[in-house]
Amino acid sequence: MSTYKPTQPTHNPARRRALSCLAAWTGAAVIWTVTGGVPRALGATRGDTPLGTATNALTFVQISDTHIGFRKEANPDVVGSLRHAIADINALPQMPAFVVHTGDVSHLSKPEEFAKARELLQEIHVDRVHTIPGEHDTIDEGVNGYLKFFDHDGNGKSWYAFDQGGVHFVALNNVLNFKMGTLAALGDEQLAWLKNDLAPLPRSTPIVVLAHIPLWTIWEPWGWGTADSAQALALLRPFGSVTVLNGHIHQVLQKVEGNIALHTAMSLAYPLPTPGQEGIGEPGPVTVPAGELGKLLGTRQVSVVPGRHQLALIDTPLAS
Amino acid sequence: MNHTFFRNAGRRFPPRTALVLVFCAALVTPAIFAIAAPSTSTVDIDIAKFAYGPKEITVAPGTKVVWTNHDQTPHTVTSNDKSFVSKGLDTDDKFEHTFASEGDFGYICTVHPFMTGVVHVHKQ
Repeated sequence: MSTYKPTQPTHNPARRRALSCLAAWTGAAVIWTVTGGVPRALGATRGDTPLGTATNALTFVQISDTHIGFRKEANPDVVGSLRHAIADINALPQMPAFVVHTGDVSHLSKPEEFAKARELLQEIHVDRVHTIPGEHDTIDEGVNGYLKFFDHDGNGKSWYAFDQGGVHFVALNNVLNFKMGTLAALGDEQLAWLKNDLAPLPRSTPIVVLAHIPLWTIWEPWGWGTADSAQALALLRPFGSVTVLNGHIHQVLQKVEGNIALHTAMSLAYPLPTPGQEGIGEPGPVTVPAGELGKLLGTRQVSVVPGRHQLALIDTPLAS
Repeated sequence: MNHTFFRNAGRRFPPRTALVLVFCAALVTPAIFAIAAPSTSTVDIDIAKFAYGPKEITVAPGTKVVWTNHDQTPHTVTSNDKSFVSKGLDTDDKFEHTFASEGDFGYICTVHPFMTGVVHVHKQ
């Protein structure tokens, strides 16, 4: 059974009707505020208790696609956008445990871009920022340029795992196995590593998977999918709660397959078009009117609430 | 221009003008012969809207092909046999390769592997 979760209203129903409709559907009311014309979800509630602030919930933040080094019309100041996001994160009433960056840290894989990104990420008031590479991070030297700045465990591998708050995190690299005319792939070595990594875990352990390119096929003509994702998902299927966090497409799309929920994220650089839009044949940066860009870039808070299989996600645009 | 011009120059024009004219003619004459000499042919391929245009070309051995990226997004030109591999090309960056031997050379953009092209190299 799949669940469609709209993240931005496509029309403007009466507020009361919208809230009651949402309440009937999820059994919870979503608290929204509207600031500067931009709706922001403050959190889902059940009765009076905001789920996202339960004291035993592990909360972290996902950011993605910062493209440090990009300097064109769609966003002449990507550093400013990242700084805006960092200010939003640092202003959270409860600081997240850590931040994850789901790839395309740089725009052209240049050392100065990686250096600048690393410097900026250190401005976030968290102990750790876990990153994975996107295809913009592996131009020229494969993953070597990226690893000089973002080697997670110091062992020269761009994939890794870690545990925190009772949750097992798996970070994958699906931007290395590009072959002619086909989708990116995780590759056999990484799939074998994943199988070994998951093997000893109790099936009740919540799993969060980070991968840059979506682990389901959204639009193959634009490379929005992973050729061997079915094998990865098969390894994850036995677990009771699996959340996949992706980037790459610079917009939020979601899919639920049984116990596996997959979510792509907004970028902090520029928006990309939706596939199938009339007159748009390629996934190039979209220039929007002044003042609109902030509504299309944003960050995501993720909370793991004990006893709930699905994680609570709050997507927040930059505009304020 | 032939040497008749040079011989008659002194008779037709005042001496200083004649000298200048002869000097200019002497400079131009070798240039005319140089233009007529054969040069390497160059074929241009545009990278635009996430595609190589033209996507498929046929050239003679010794032809130089120049790719220019017109997109805001970086692309590469990477042959399947790795015989030519560009660095990441930002907007307006160029990459060139001279095809010495015959063959069919398929290539892709490593950032966007759905972008493909091919250069056929055959004696003509």
